[in-house]
Amino acid sequence: MQEITTYLAPSRLDAALQAMVDGDATVLCGGTDLAPQTESGARLYTAKLLNIRRIEGLGDIDAGGDKVRIGAVATINEIRRHPALAAIAPVLVEAAEHFASDQIRNAASVGGNICNASPAGDMIPPLLVLGASVELACWRGDAVQTRRIPLDQFFLSPGKTVKLPEELLTAIVFDRPAADFVGKFRKSGPRPALEISTVSVALGARVADGRLSDVRVAMGSVAPTPLRARHVEAALEGKPLDAASIAAAVTATAEDAKPIDDVRASAWYRGHLVRVFVEEVLNDVRGN
Amino acid sequence: MMSVETEIRFKLNGREVCLKVPVTMKTLTMLRDKLGMTGTKYACGEGECGACTIRIDGKTVNSCLMYAVDCDGRELVTIEGLRTPEGLHPMQQAFVDHGAIQCGFCMPGMIMQADYLVENNPKLTREEAQRGLEGNLCRCTGYTKVLDAVEAVVEKKCCGRC
Ligand SMILES: Cc1cc2nc3c(=O)[nH]c(=O)nc-3n(C[C@H](O)[C@H](O)[C@H](O)COP(=O)(O)OP(=O)(O)OC[C@H]3O[C@@H](n4cnc5c(N)ncnc54)[C@H](O)[C@@H]3O)c2cc1C
Ligand code: FES
Ligand code: FES
Repeated sequence: MQEITTYLAPSRLDAALQAMVDGDATVLCGGTDLAPQTESGARLYTAKLLNIRRIEGLGDIDAGGDKVRIGAVATINEIRRHPALAAIAPVLVEAAEHFASDQIRNAASVGGNICNASPAGDMIPPLLVLGASVELACWRGDAVQTRRIPLDQFFLSPGKTVKLPEELLTAIVFDRPAADFVGKFRKSGPRPALEISTVSVALGARVADGRLSDVRVAMGSVAPTPLRARHVEAALEGKPLDAASIAAAVTATAEDAKPIDDVRASAWYRGHLVRVFVEEVLNDVRGN
Repeated sequence: MMSVETEIRFKLNGREVCLKVPVTMKTLTMLRDKLGMTGTKYACGEGECGACTIRIDGKTVNSCLMYAVDCDGRELVTIEGLRTPEGLHPMQQAFVDHGAIQCGFCMPGMIMQADYLVENNPKLTREEAQRGLEGNLCRCTGYTKVLDAVEAVVEKKCCGRC
Protein backbone atom coordinates (compact mmCIF):
# COMPACT_ATOMS: atom_id res chain seq x y z
CA MET A 1 0.00 0.00 0.00
CA GLN A 2 1.26 3.41 -0.97
CA GLU A 3 2.13 5.87 1.74
CA ILE A 4 1.23 9.49 1.11
CA THR A 5 4.39 11.47 1.73
CA THR A 6 3.28 14.94 0.66
CA TYR A 7 0.12 17.01 0.88
CA LEU A 8 -0.16 20.13 -1.26
CA ALA A 9 -2.86 22.77 -1.64
CA PRO A 10 -1.33 25.32 -4.01
CA SER A 11 -3.03 28.57 -4.92
CA ARG A 12 -1.36 28.73 -8.33
CA LEU A 13 -1.93 26.51 -11.33
CA ASP A 14 1.75 26.35 -12.30
CA ALA A 15 2.68 25.12 -8.81
CA ALA A 16 0.04 22.40 -9.04
CA LEU A 17 1.23 21.29 -12.46
CA GLN A 18 4.86 21.24 -11.31
CA ALA A 19 3.82 18.96 -8.47
CA MET A 20 2.23 16.62 -11.02
CA VAL A 21 5.18 16.19 -13.40
CA ASP A 22 6.19 12.80 -12.05
CA GLY A 23 2.66 11.48 -12.43
CA ASP A 24 2.53 10.52 -8.75
CA ALA A 25 -0.12 12.97 -7.52
CA THR A 26 -3.63 11.96 -6.49
CA VAL A 27 -5.85 14.91 -7.34
CA LEU A 28 -8.39 15.87 -4.68
CA CYS A 29 -11.26 18.16 -5.55
CA GLY A 30 -14.60 17.71 -3.76
CA GLY A 31 -13.60 14.21 -2.68
CA THR A 32 -17.09 12.81 -3.22
CA ASP A 33 -15.71 10.06 -5.45
CA LEU A 34 -12.18 9.88 -4.07
CA ALA A 35 -13.24 9.44 -0.42
CA PRO A 36 -15.56 6.43 -0.88
CA GLN A 37 -13.28 4.84 -3.47
CA THR A 38 -10.19 5.00 -1.27
CA GLU A 39 -12.11 3.98 1.86
CA SER A 40 -13.37 0.85 0.12
CA GLY A 41 -9.95 0.07 -1.32
CA ALA A 42 -11.19 0.34 -4.90
CA ARG A 43 -8.61 3.04 -5.42
CA LEU A 44 -5.16 3.55 -3.91
CA TYR A 45 -3.49 6.83 -3.10
CA THR A 46 -0.17 7.76 -4.67
CA ALA A 47 2.78 9.55 -3.06
CA LYS A 48 1.27 13.03 -3.22
CA LEU A 49 -2.19 14.25 -2.35
CA LEU A 50 -2.90 17.41 -4.34
CA ASN A 51 -5.85 19.56 -3.33
CA ILE A 52 -6.78 21.64 -6.38
CA ARG A 53 -9.60 23.63 -4.79
CA ARG A 54 -7.33 26.47 -3.70
CA ILE A 55 -6.06 27.20 -7.19
CA GLU A 56 -7.14 30.72 -8.03
CA GLY A 57 -9.62 31.06 -10.86
CA LEU A 58 -10.01 27.31 -11.41
CA GLY A 59 -13.70 27.46 -10.52
CA ASP A 60 -14.65 30.49 -12.59
CA ILE A 61 -17.62 30.25 -14.92
CA ASP A 62 -17.61 32.53 -17.94
CA ALA A 63 -20.83 32.28 -19.92
CA GLY A 64 -20.92 35.82 -21.27
CA GLY A 65 -19.17 35.48 -24.63
CA ASP A 66 -19.15 33.32 -27.75
CA LYS A 67 -17.18 30.66 -25.88
CA VAL A 68 -18.50 29.30 -22.63
CA ARG A 69 -15.84 28.27 -20.13
CA ILE A 70 -16.49 26.40 -16.92
CA GLY A 71 -13.55 25.99 -14.55
CA ALA A 72 -12.91 22.40 -13.48
CA VAL A 73 -13.50 22.95 -9.77
CA ALA A 74 -16.86 24.70 -10.22
CA THR A 75 -19.36 22.79 -8.12
CA ILE A 76 -22.58 21.25 -9.38
CA ASN A 77 -24.57 23.78 -7.35
CA GLU A 78 -22.57 26.68 -8.78
CA ILE A 79 -23.56 25.47 -12.24
CA ARG A 80 -27.13 24.89 -11.15
CA ARG A 81 -27.48 28.42 -9.81
CA HIS A 82 -25.66 30.22 -12.60
CA PRO A 83 -28.14 32.59 -14.27
CA ALA A 84 -26.23 32.97 -17.56
CA LEU A 85 -25.81 29.19 -17.92
CA ALA A 86 -29.49 28.69 -17.17
CA ALA A 87 -30.29 31.09 -20.00
CA ILE A 88 -28.02 29.62 -22.68
CA ALA A 89 -27.50 25.98 -21.65
CA PRO A 90 -30.52 24.93 -19.58
CA VAL A 91 -29.80 21.26 -20.40
CA LEU A 92 -26.70 21.46 -18.20
CA VAL A 93 -28.60 23.11 -15.37
CA GLU A 94 -31.32 20.47 -15.68
CA ALA A 95 -28.74 17.71 -15.19
CA ALA A 96 -27.28 19.58 -12.21
CA GLU A 97 -30.77 19.83 -10.75
CA HIS A 98 -31.09 16.03 -10.64
CA PHE A 99 -27.59 15.37 -9.35
CA ALA A 100 -27.17 13.57 -6.00
CA SER A 101 -28.27 15.67 -3.01
CA ASP A 102 -27.85 19.32 -2.13
CA GLN A 103 -24.92 18.58 0.18
CA ILE A 104 -23.11 16.58 -2.51
CA ARG A 105 -23.83 19.27 -5.10
CA ASN A 106 -22.10 21.80 -2.82
CA ALA A 107 -18.95 19.68 -2.77
CA ALA A 108 -18.86 17.82 -6.09
CA SER A 109 -17.08 19.45 -9.02
CA VAL A 110 -17.80 19.15 -12.70
CA GLY A 111 -14.13 18.33 -13.38
CA GLY A 112 -14.27 15.51 -10.84
CA ASN A 113 -17.42 14.16 -12.45
CA ILE A 114 -15.65 14.00 -15.83
CA CYS A 115 -12.30 12.68 -14.54
CA ASN A 116 -14.00 9.97 -12.51
CA ALA A 117 -15.09 8.70 -15.94
CA SER A 118 -18.08 6.73 -14.76
CA PRO A 119 -20.48 5.67 -17.53
CA ALA A 120 -23.15 7.17 -15.23
CA GLY A 121 -21.56 10.62 -14.73
CA ASP A 122 -24.55 12.93 -15.01
CA MET A 123 -22.84 16.08 -16.25
CA ILE A 124 -21.32 14.23 -19.19
CA PRO A 125 -24.32 13.61 -21.54
CA PRO A 126 -25.43 17.29 -21.44
CA LEU A 127 -21.86 18.45 -22.07
CA LEU A 128 -21.60 15.97 -24.97
CA VAL A 129 -24.71 17.43 -26.63
CA LEU A 130 -23.31 20.93 -26.13
CA GLY A 131 -20.26 19.81 -28.12
CA ALA A 132 -17.92 20.48 -25.20
CA SER A 133 -14.18 19.96 -25.08
CA VAL A 134 -11.99 19.58 -22.04
CA GLU A 135 -8.83 21.57 -21.49
CA LEU A 136 -5.91 19.57 -20.11
CA ALA A 137 -2.84 21.28 -18.72
CA CYS A 138 0.58 20.05 -17.72
CA TRP A 139 4.03 21.44 -16.93
CA ARG A 140 6.46 20.80 -19.78
CA GLY A 141 9.56 22.65 -20.96
CA ASP A 142 9.38 25.05 -18.02
CA ALA A 143 5.94 26.28 -18.97
CA VAL A 144 2.27 25.45 -18.74
CA GLN A 145 1.19 23.48 -21.81
CA THR A 146 -2.46 22.96 -22.62
CA ARG A 147 -4.36 20.83 -25.09
CA ARG A 148 -8.03 20.50 -25.86
CA ILE A 149 -9.79 17.18 -26.36
CA PRO A 150 -13.38 16.91 -27.58
CA LEU A 151 -15.30 15.29 -24.73
CA ASP A 152 -16.49 12.46 -27.01
CA GLN A 153 -12.84 11.42 -27.45
CA PHE A 154 -11.92 11.69 -23.78
CA PHE A 155 -13.25 8.44 -22.31
CA LEU A 156 -11.64 5.03 -22.84
CA SER A 157 -13.37 2.71 -20.35
CA PRO A 158 -14.84 2.97 -16.85
CA GLY A 159 -12.42 5.14 -14.86
CA LYS A 160 -10.01 5.46 -17.81
CA THR A 161 -9.50 8.51 -19.99
CA VAL A 162 -6.89 9.87 -22.40
CA LYS A 163 -5.72 12.29 -19.70
CA LEU A 164 -2.12 11.59 -18.70
CA PRO A 165 -1.24 11.26 -15.00
CA GLU A 166 0.70 14.53 -15.15
CA GLU A 167 -2.24 16.39 -16.65
CA LEU A 168 -4.90 18.36 -14.82
CA LEU A 169 -8.31 19.01 -16.29
CA THR A 170 -8.55 22.78 -16.01
CA ALA A 171 -11.78 23.69 -17.80
CA ILE A 172 -14.69 22.64 -19.95
CA VAL A 173 -15.31 24.79 -23.01
CA PHE A 174 -18.04 24.91 -25.61
CA ASP A 175 -19.38 27.35 -28.18
CA ARG A 176 -22.29 29.44 -27.04
CA PRO A 177 -25.34 27.48 -28.27
CA ALA A 178 -27.25 29.03 -31.19
CA ALA A 179 -30.45 30.88 -30.40
CA ASP A 180 -32.53 28.01 -31.88
CA PHE A 181 -30.69 25.31 -29.89
CA VAL A 182 -32.81 23.11 -27.69
CA GLY A 183 -31.46 20.68 -25.12
CA LYS A 184 -33.17 18.01 -23.04
CA PHE A 185 -31.99 15.64 -20.33
CA ARG A 186 -33.58 12.56 -18.77
CA LYS A 187 -32.19 10.32 -16.06
CA SER A 188 -33.73 7.44 -14.24
CA GLY A 189 -33.11 5.61 -11.03
CA PRO A 190 -35.28 3.79 -8.50
CA ARG A 191 -35.63 7.00 -6.47
CA PRO A 192 -35.75 10.54 -7.89
CA ALA A 193 -32.94 11.67 -5.58
CA LEU A 194 -29.45 10.45 -4.77
CA GLU A 195 -29.41 7.90 -7.53
CA ILE A 196 -26.65 6.80 -9.79
CA SER A 197 -28.34 6.89 -13.20
CA THR A 198 -29.67 3.57 -14.43
CA VAL A 199 -29.79 5.25 -17.81
CA SER A 200 -29.48 8.87 -18.90
CA VAL A 201 -30.19 10.49 -22.25
CA ALA A 202 -29.45 14.00 -23.48
CA LEU A 203 -30.52 15.59 -26.72
CA GLY A 204 -29.21 18.78 -28.26
CA ALA A 205 -30.22 20.13 -31.66
CA ARG A 206 -31.11 23.24 -33.59
CA VAL A 207 -34.76 23.37 -34.46
CA ALA A 208 -36.03 25.51 -37.32
CA ASP A 209 -39.31 25.09 -39.21
CA GLY A 210 -39.92 21.77 -37.48
CA ARG A 211 -36.62 20.35 -38.74
CA LEU A 212 -33.65 19.24 -36.68
CA SER A 213 -30.06 20.05 -37.52
CA ASP A 214 -26.71 19.74 -35.74
CA VAL A 215 -28.32 16.90 -33.82
CA ARG A 216 -26.37 15.49 -30.90
CA VAL A 217 -27.67 12.67 -28.76
CA ALA A 218 -25.72 11.34 -25.78
CA MET A 219 -26.32 8.44 -23.44
CA GLY A 220 -25.04 7.37 -20.06
CA SER A 221 -24.91 3.91 -18.44
CA VAL A 222 -25.55 2.03 -21.68
CA ALA A 223 -21.93 1.22 -22.49
CA PRO A 224 -18.50 1.25 -20.76
CA THR A 225 -18.33 5.03 -21.31
CA PRO A 226 -20.85 7.81 -21.85
CA LEU A 227 -21.32 8.02 -25.61
CA ARG A 228 -22.63 9.95 -28.57
CA ALA A 229 -25.47 7.99 -30.19
CA ARG A 230 -24.38 8.40 -33.81
CA HIS A 231 -27.08 6.18 -35.31
CA VAL A 232 -29.85 8.01 -33.48
CA GLU A 233 -28.33 11.31 -34.57
CA ALA A 234 -28.24 10.15 -38.23
CA ALA A 235 -31.88 9.12 -38.05
CA LEU A 236 -32.79 12.68 -37.07
CA GLU A 237 -30.32 14.95 -38.85
CA GLY A 238 -32.06 17.25 -41.32
CA LYS A 239 -35.35 15.44 -40.87
CA PRO A 240 -38.70 16.99 -40.03
CA LEU A 241 -39.52 16.09 -36.47
CA ASP A 242 -42.54 13.83 -36.97
CA ALA A 243 -43.80 10.41 -35.98
CA ALA A 244 -41.70 8.71 -38.67
CA SER A 245 -38.38 10.30 -37.67
CA ILE A 246 -39.07 9.73 -33.98
CA ALA A 247 -39.83 6.04 -34.68
CA ALA A 248 -36.62 5.75 -36.70
CA ALA A 249 -34.63 7.35 -33.88
CA VAL A 250 -36.15 4.99 -31.33
CA THR A 251 -35.26 1.97 -33.50
CA ALA A 252 -31.72 3.27 -33.98
CA THR A 253 -31.10 3.26 -30.20
CA ALA A 254 -30.40 -0.48 -30.49
CA GLU A 255 -27.37 0.31 -32.67
CA ASP A 256 -25.86 2.72 -30.15
CA ALA A 257 -26.84 1.46 -26.71
CA LYS A 258 -25.02 -1.74 -25.70
CA PRO A 259 -26.05 -2.02 -22.06
CA ILE A 260 -25.11 -4.75 -19.63
CA ASP A 261 -26.83 -6.49 -16.73
CA ASP A 262 -25.57 -5.25 -13.40
CA VAL A 263 -26.74 -4.61 -9.85
CA ARG A 264 -28.73 -1.55 -10.88
CA ALA A 265 -30.69 -2.93 -13.83
CA SER A 266 -30.83 -5.57 -16.53
CA ALA A 267 -29.61 -4.92 -20.05
CA TRP A 268 -33.16 -5.45 -21.30
CA TYR A 269 -34.56 -2.80 -18.98
CA ARG A 270 -31.83 -0.33 -19.87
CA GLY A 271 -32.51 -0.84 -23.57
CA HIS A 272 -36.18 -0.23 -22.90
CA LEU A 273 -35.50 2.96 -20.89
CA VAL A 274 -33.31 4.36 -23.65
CA ARG A 275 -36.10 3.90 -26.19
CA VAL A 276 -38.61 5.55 -23.86
CA PHE A 277 -36.32 8.48 -23.08
CA VAL A 278 -35.41 9.13 -26.70
CA GLU A 279 -39.07 9.14 -27.63
CA GLU A 280 -39.92 11.40 -24.68
CA VAL A 281 -37.28 14.02 -25.32
CA LEU A 282 -38.17 14.17 -29.01
CA ASN A 283 -41.86 14.52 -28.22
CA ASP A 284 -40.96 17.25 -25.75
CA VAL A 285 -39.15 19.17 -28.46
CA ARG A 286 -41.98 18.56 -30.89
CA GLY A 287 -44.51 19.82 -28.35
CA ASN A 288 -42.64 23.11 -27.82
CA MET B 1 -2.91 3.07 5.78
CA MET B 2 -0.05 5.38 6.65
CA SER B 3 -0.22 8.99 5.70
CA VAL B 4 1.55 12.17 6.64
CA GLU B 5 0.00 14.65 8.99
CA THR B 6 -0.42 18.30 8.30
CA GLU B 7 -1.31 21.26 10.48
CA ILE B 8 -4.55 23.05 9.71
CA ARG B 9 -6.25 26.16 11.10
CA PHE B 10 -9.87 27.02 10.78
CA LYS B 11 -12.81 28.54 12.61
CA LEU B 12 -15.14 26.12 14.31
CA ASN B 13 -18.39 27.69 15.51
CA GLY B 14 -16.61 31.03 15.69
CA ARG B 15 -13.58 29.76 17.59
CA GLU B 16 -10.08 29.45 16.11
CA VAL B 17 -8.86 25.88 16.00
CA CYS B 18 -5.41 24.64 15.10
CA LEU B 19 -4.50 20.97 14.97
CA LYS B 20 -2.56 18.29 13.15
CA VAL B 21 -4.51 15.75 11.11
CA PRO B 22 -3.56 12.80 8.90
CA VAL B 23 -4.09 14.06 5.36
CA THR B 24 -6.65 11.36 4.52
CA MET B 25 -8.74 11.91 7.66
CA LYS B 26 -12.30 13.03 7.00
CA THR B 27 -13.77 16.10 8.67
CA LEU B 28 -16.37 14.01 10.50
CA THR B 29 -13.68 11.87 12.15
CA MET B 30 -11.72 14.96 13.07
CA LEU B 31 -14.76 16.59 14.66
CA ARG B 32 -15.85 13.53 16.60
CA ASP B 33 -12.62 11.78 17.48
CA LYS B 34 -10.08 14.60 17.63
CA LEU B 35 -12.20 17.51 18.83
CA GLY B 36 -14.87 15.69 20.83
CA MET B 37 -17.66 17.41 18.92
CA THR B 38 -20.06 14.49 18.75
CA GLY B 39 -23.20 16.43 17.77
CA THR B 40 -22.44 15.67 14.15
CA LYS B 41 -23.38 12.05 13.55
CA TYR B 42 -21.74 9.17 11.72
CA ALA B 43 -24.21 6.85 10.02
CA CYS B 44 -23.43 5.68 6.48
CA GLY B 45 -20.01 7.24 6.04
CA GLU B 46 -20.52 7.50 2.30
CA GLY B 47 -22.60 10.56 1.53
CA GLU B 48 -25.97 8.84 1.37
CA CYS B 49 -27.72 9.86 4.60
CA GLY B 50 -26.84 13.43 5.57
CA ALA B 51 -26.44 12.68 9.31
CA CYS B 52 -22.98 14.27 9.13
CA THR B 53 -24.12 17.54 7.50
CA ILE B 54 -22.15 20.62 8.55
CA ARG B 55 -21.60 24.06 7.06
CA ILE B 56 -18.34 25.02 5.46
CA ASP B 57 -18.03 28.67 4.44
CA GLY B 58 -21.79 28.87 4.70
CA LYS B 59 -22.61 25.85 2.52
CA THR B 60 -23.74 22.45 3.72
CA VAL B 61 -21.66 19.38 2.91
CA ASN B 62 -21.40 15.78 4.07
CA SER B 63 -18.51 15.90 6.54
CA CYS B 64 -17.92 12.15 6.12
CA LEU B 65 -16.70 12.78 2.55
CA MET B 66 -14.81 15.99 3.16
CA TYR B 67 -11.09 15.74 3.76
CA ALA B 68 -10.16 17.46 7.05
CA VAL B 69 -7.18 19.13 5.35
CA ASP B 70 -9.67 20.99 3.17
CA CYS B 71 -10.98 22.80 6.29
CA ASP B 72 -7.76 24.80 6.41
CA GLY B 73 -8.50 28.53 6.35
CA ARG B 74 -12.26 28.02 6.25
CA GLU B 75 -15.22 28.46 8.59
CA LEU B 76 -17.11 25.47 9.95
CA VAL B 77 -20.41 25.46 11.74
CA THR B 78 -21.74 22.31 13.35
CA ILE B 79 -24.99 21.68 15.19
CA GLU B 80 -23.22 22.78 18.40
CA GLY B 81 -22.75 26.21 16.82
CA LEU B 82 -26.38 26.73 15.98
CA ARG B 83 -27.51 27.46 19.52
CA THR B 84 -27.92 31.17 20.27
CA PRO B 85 -27.21 32.86 23.62
CA GLU B 86 -30.97 32.93 24.19
CA GLY B 87 -31.33 29.20 23.78
CA LEU B 88 -32.16 26.87 20.95
CA HIS B 89 -31.97 28.11 17.39
CA PRO B 90 -35.45 28.71 15.90
CA MET B 91 -35.06 25.71 13.61
CA GLN B 92 -34.15 23.49 16.57
CA GLN B 93 -37.09 24.86 18.56
CA ALA B 94 -39.47 24.26 15.64
CA PHE B 95 -38.34 20.64 15.38
CA VAL B 96 -39.04 20.23 19.09
CA ASP B 97 -42.39 22.02 18.92
CA HIS B 98 -43.59 19.93 15.99
CA GLY B 99 -42.54 16.60 17.41
CA ALA B 100 -40.23 16.08 14.43
CA ILE B 101 -37.65 14.32 16.56
CA GLN B 102 -37.98 10.62 17.27
CA CYS B 103 -34.72 8.79 18.03
CA GLY B 104 -32.95 11.99 17.03
CA PHE B 105 -29.99 10.46 15.23
CA CYS B 106 -30.63 12.14 11.88
CA MET B 107 -31.63 15.44 13.47
CA PRO B 108 -28.34 17.37 13.66
CA GLY B 109 -27.89 16.88 9.92
CA MET B 110 -31.55 17.45 9.17
CA ILE B 111 -31.60 20.73 11.12
CA MET B 112 -28.33 21.96 9.60
CA GLN B 113 -29.67 21.35 6.10
CA ALA B 114 -33.12 22.81 6.85
CA ASP B 115 -31.55 25.96 8.29
CA TYR B 116 -29.33 26.30 5.22
CA LEU B 117 -32.32 25.95 2.91
CA VAL B 118 -34.35 28.62 4.70
CA GLU B 119 -31.39 30.98 4.95
CA ASN B 120 -30.94 30.77 1.18
CA ASN B 121 -34.61 30.94 0.38
CA PRO B 122 -36.75 32.72 2.97
CA LYS B 123 -39.83 31.82 0.91
CA LEU B 124 -39.00 28.12 0.76
CA THR B 125 -42.06 26.08 -0.20
CA ARG B 126 -42.88 22.71 1.29
CA GLU B 127 -41.96 21.05 -1.97
CA GLU B 128 -38.64 22.89 -2.14
CA ALA B 129 -37.94 21.84 1.44
CA GLN B 130 -38.68 18.25 0.49
CA ARG B 131 -36.29 18.41 -2.44
CA GLY B 132 -33.62 20.21 -0.43
CA LEU B 133 -33.77 17.50 2.24
CA GLU B 134 -33.46 14.62 -0.23
CA GLY B 135 -29.97 13.92 1.06
CA ASN B 136 -31.14 13.51 4.67
CA LEU B 137 -32.50 10.12 5.60
CA CYS B 138 -34.51 9.50 8.76
CA ARG B 139 -34.76 5.86 9.84
CA CYS B 140 -37.72 6.74 12.04
CA THR B 141 -39.32 8.22 8.90
CA GLY B 142 -40.70 11.33 10.56
CA TYR B 143 -40.56 13.31 7.34
CA THR B 144 -44.03 14.86 7.55
CA LYS B 145 -43.33 16.48 10.88
CA VAL B 146 -39.91 17.59 9.69
CA LEU B 147 -41.57 19.41 6.80
CA ASP B 148 -44.17 20.86 9.19
CA ALA B 149 -41.36 22.25 11.35
CA VAL B 150 -39.53 23.77 8.38
CA GLU B 151 -42.75 25.26 7.08
CA ALA B 152 -43.44 26.80 10.47
CA VAL B 153 -40.01 28.46 10.51
CA VAL B 154 -40.64 29.85 7.03
CA GLU B 155 -43.99 31.19 8.14
CA LYS B 156 -42.36 32.43 11.37
CA LYS B 157 -45.03 30.86 13.50
CA CYS B 158 -42.89 28.36 15.33
CA CYS B 159 -42.12 30.27 18.47
CA GLY B 160 -42.25 33.76 19.94
CA ARG B 161 -38.59 34.46 19.42
CA CYS B 162 -38.08 34.29 15.67
C1 LIG C 1 -23.95 9.78 -2.25
C2 LIG C 1 -23.40 10.12 -3.60
C3 LIG C 1 -24.27 10.42 -4.64
C4 LIG C 1 -23.77 10.73 -5.90
N1 LIG C 1 -24.67 11.02 -6.89
C5 LIG C 1 -24.22 11.30 -8.13
C6 LIG C 1 -25.14 11.60 -9.18
O1 LIG C 1 -26.36 11.70 -8.98
N2 LIG C 1 -24.64 11.81 -10.42
C7 LIG C 1 -23.31 11.74 -10.67
O2 LIG C 1 -22.90 11.95 -11.81
N3 LIG C 1 -22.40 11.48 -9.70
C8 LIG C 1 -22.83 11.26 -8.44
N4 LIG C 1 -21.93 10.98 -7.44
C9 LIG C 1 -20.49 10.92 -7.74
C10 LIG C 1 -19.68 12.21 -7.47
O3 LIG C 1 -20.33 13.04 -6.54
C11 LIG C 1 -19.42 13.01 -8.75
O4 LIG C 1 -18.77 12.23 -9.70
C12 LIG C 1 -18.61 14.30 -8.49
O5 LIG C 1 -18.84 15.19 -9.56
C13 LIG C 1 -17.13 14.12 -8.31
O6 LIG C 1 -16.54 15.39 -8.11
P1 LIG C 1 -15.52 15.69 -6.92
O7 LIG C 1 -15.10 17.10 -7.04
O8 LIG C 1 -16.10 15.28 -5.62
O9 LIG C 1 -14.36 14.72 -7.33
P2 LIG C 1 -13.18 13.95 -6.49
O10 LIG C 1 -13.75 12.85 -5.72
O11 LIG C 1 -12.38 14.99 -5.78
O12 LIG C 1 -12.38 13.42 -7.72
C14 LIG C 1 -12.91 12.44 -8.61
C15 LIG C 1 -11.79 11.86 -9.46
O13 LIG C 1 -11.32 12.77 -10.44
C16 LIG C 1 -9.99 13.19 -10.19
N5 LIG C 1 -10.01 14.62 -10.41
C17 LIG C 1 -10.89 15.51 -9.86
N6 LIG C 1 -10.75 16.71 -10.43
C18 LIG C 1 -9.76 16.61 -11.35
C19 LIG C 1 -9.16 17.53 -12.29
N7 LIG C 1 -9.58 18.79 -12.38
N8 LIG C 1 -8.18 17.10 -13.09
C20 LIG C 1 -7.76 15.80 -13.00
N9 LIG C 1 -8.29 14.88 -12.17
C21 LIG C 1 -9.28 15.27 -11.35
C22 LIG C 1 -9.66 12.72 -8.80
O14 LIG C 1 -8.30 12.38 -8.66
C23 LIG C 1 -10.55 11.49 -8.67
O15 LIG C 1 -9.97 10.40 -9.31
C24 LIG C 1 -22.38 10.71 -6.15
C25 LIG C 1 -21.50 10.45 -5.08
C26 LIG C 1 -21.99 10.15 -3.83
C27 LIG C 1 -21.03 9.87 -2.72
S1 FES D 1 -22.56 9.74 7.51
FE1 FES D 1 -22.11 11.25 6.04
S2 FES D 1 -23.79 11.11 4.69
FE2 FES D 1 -24.12 9.45 6.03
S1 FES E 1 -35.44 10.65 14.20
FE1 FES E 1 -34.60 8.67 14.20
S2 FES E 1 -33.42 8.65 12.38
FE2 FES E 1 -34.55 10.44 12.22
